[in-house]
Amino acid sequence: MNPLLTFRLALRALLRNKMRSFLTMLGIIIGVSAVIAMVAIGEGAKAQVEKSFAAMGTSLLIVMPGSSSSGGARGGFGSQPTLTWDDLKAIQTEVSSVKSAAPVLRSSAQLVSEDQNWTTTVQGTTPSYFDIRTWSMASGTGLTQSDVDGGGTKVIVLGQTVASRLFGSGDPVGQVVRIKNTPFQVVGVLEVKGQSPTGQDYDDGAFVPVTTFQSKIQGGLQKYLSGTIFVSAVSSADTSRAQTAVTNLLRDRHRIPTGADDDFSIRNLTEIAGAQQEGTKTMTTLLASIAFVSLVVGGIGIMNIMLVSVTERTREIGVRMAVGAKPHHILAQFLVEALTLSLLGGLLGVAIGIGGGAWLAAKFAWPILVRPDIVGISVVFSAMVGVCFGLYPARKASLLDPIEALRYE
Amino acid sequence: MSNSQALLELDAVTKTYHLGDLPVQVLHGVSLRVEPGESVAIMGASGSGKSTLMNILGCLDKPSSGHYMLGGRDVSRLNRGELAEVRNRTIGFVFQNFNLLSRTSAIENVELPLIYAGVGTRERTRRAKSSLERVGLADRLDHHPSQLSGGQQQRVAVARALVTSPKLILADEPTGNLDSRTSVEIMALFQELGDSGITVVLVTHENDIAAYARRVIVLKDGLIQDDHRQEPVRAELPPPVMAEVKTA
Repeated sequence: MNPLLTFRLALRALLRNKMRSFLTMLGIIIGVSAVIAMVAIGEGAKAQVEKSFAAMGTSLLIVMPGSSSSGGARGGFGSQPTLTWDDLKAIQTEVSSVKSAAPVLRSSAQLVSEDQNWTTTVQGTTPSYFDIRTWSMASGTGLTQSDVDGGGTKVIVLGQTVASRLFGSGDPVGQVVRIKNTPFQVVGVLEVKGQSPTGQDYDDGAFVPVTTFQSKIQGGLQKYLSGTIFVSAVSSADTSRAQTAVTNLLRDRHRIPTGADDDFSIRNLTEIAGAQQEGTKTMTTLLASIAFVSLVVGGIGIMNIMLVSVTERTREIGVRMAVGAKPHHILAQFLVEALTLSLLGGLLGVAIGIGGGAWLAAKFAWPILVRPDIVGISVVFSAMVGVCFGLYPARKASLLDPIEALRYE
Repeated sequence: MSNSQALLELDAVTKTYHLGDLPVQVLHGVSLRVEPGESVAIMGASGSGKSTLMNILGCLDKPSSGHYMLGGRDVSRLNRGELAEVRNRTIGFVFQNFNLLSRTSAIENVELPLIYAGVGTRERTRRAKSSLERVGLADRLDHHPSQLSGGQQQRVAVARALVTSPKLILADEPTGNLDSRTSVEIMALFQELGDSGITVVLVTHENDIAAYARRVIVLKDGLIQDDHRQEPVRAELPPPVMAEVKTA
């Protein structure tokens, strides 16, 4: 007896009780559509987090100076400059797992163009910074090493937000902006970077050579680096190794005895990103396991109906056996019916899950991501539910005594 | 009795059921030979063991002791699957209550044994059609049992029994649910099958039905009480459909 025929017979048997078959499938439909929709939403959220961390830069470490402590009042990190320019040089040259490092000095300043002004964060840095952040120019050449070495070239690179605030749709490259009455020539506009995971606009900023920053904007201590150091590891896998190496190097350079606290701190953004992803993963797992439970409940529904069906059709089973159906034919018949129910339910569930996910996404502006592997797993799993829960009723049917089955009223 | 191979041969067959711990012996050693082409009526009061004997003859049940040779093969020790195969190939059943699948067309009912015999779709349809034609229902192929009269339903059942070209047709009270006129029609059909060489064994408690058979076996308390041959009554009053078939 070929499988196609068995399947056709099963389909016909199920169509005889359309409403009942549909209600039986409902458990599986709800289970599978819940899995698909939940995972799609979870994955969408994860992808969004990943995107925002990727914008921040992968394999990124931020070294911040330590806290000051005067009269028992302790300032936060960065309240006391402890990092020196020599530290920066040492990180660049002495740590093998570090690809590059760049100083970032910040100050809020008002930028003035011919007819507009905009207050933003001006940052003094080196060309390496843009490599570390994997941030390239939309137009213009950007900062060069000679701008930094020259000890005060008055050039500036604008973020997209700043560029549009000051120059509208025109091209700012070659134009002049003034900071504290000092004219800076715009040598580049950065590409759109988007938002940080906390919603801060990366594009609302401007960059000048770090030496120029010190002489024209901030002034101050020459020995100490009164900002942070952005460090990129050679690869994202090397990030924590680089973190340890930089920590050891700085402790060594700052002569911190064993057991004493660091006078600096290092933020590992890959770790933060990982923690965020763990969070969404936990949520996805939680939602998926609730959906999984409803699949199992759906399976029990199938078993229940199949048992009713076997009892109802006892006489039919007897007739089939009398005319030559072997036990395995009967087993296959009921197993395929259960499988058809669950598989059909699974496929309907996939359709509803994708549709429902898309609808939620549109309604609440959530990002969704339908993972084909989850769709496949759901369908296979619902088929397995059908087989597992259909096995007992089918076996019961196949073990019926033909004489008693024929006599059954 | 001829020495040629019997179609079915029972040798000291007993059957004991166990109702809880209590053994109840229903057949007390039945020996019986039926030659190919015979038409046999098994009679007996209720409780005489005729249903049990029927189930054993039909390979639906196994004897507790003794041997049952069907077509030269000992089938008394076969397992469920093997018995199903024997039923499928050698035996056609006709039941008192027709036992057709409801909400299933006549032709599909008749095709059922062929499905389990592994016959392909086209051959199945062809054979089911010709079997239904043989019982005079060529124009009722797509009717469901609920759309057919009792006599027509029993004809579909006969067609289903015939479709595998069995050596033996077992009919358990085939006219029990039919009026007398329809009963005669069905008996005429059985006689016609007998004439074409098929062995027909029917169980009945009605003397006028047994009268159509060539041989009558009477069972009492699990033993054969009487076994005699007779000149059968011809089933008269051929219905119009039958006449058509005969001239065809």
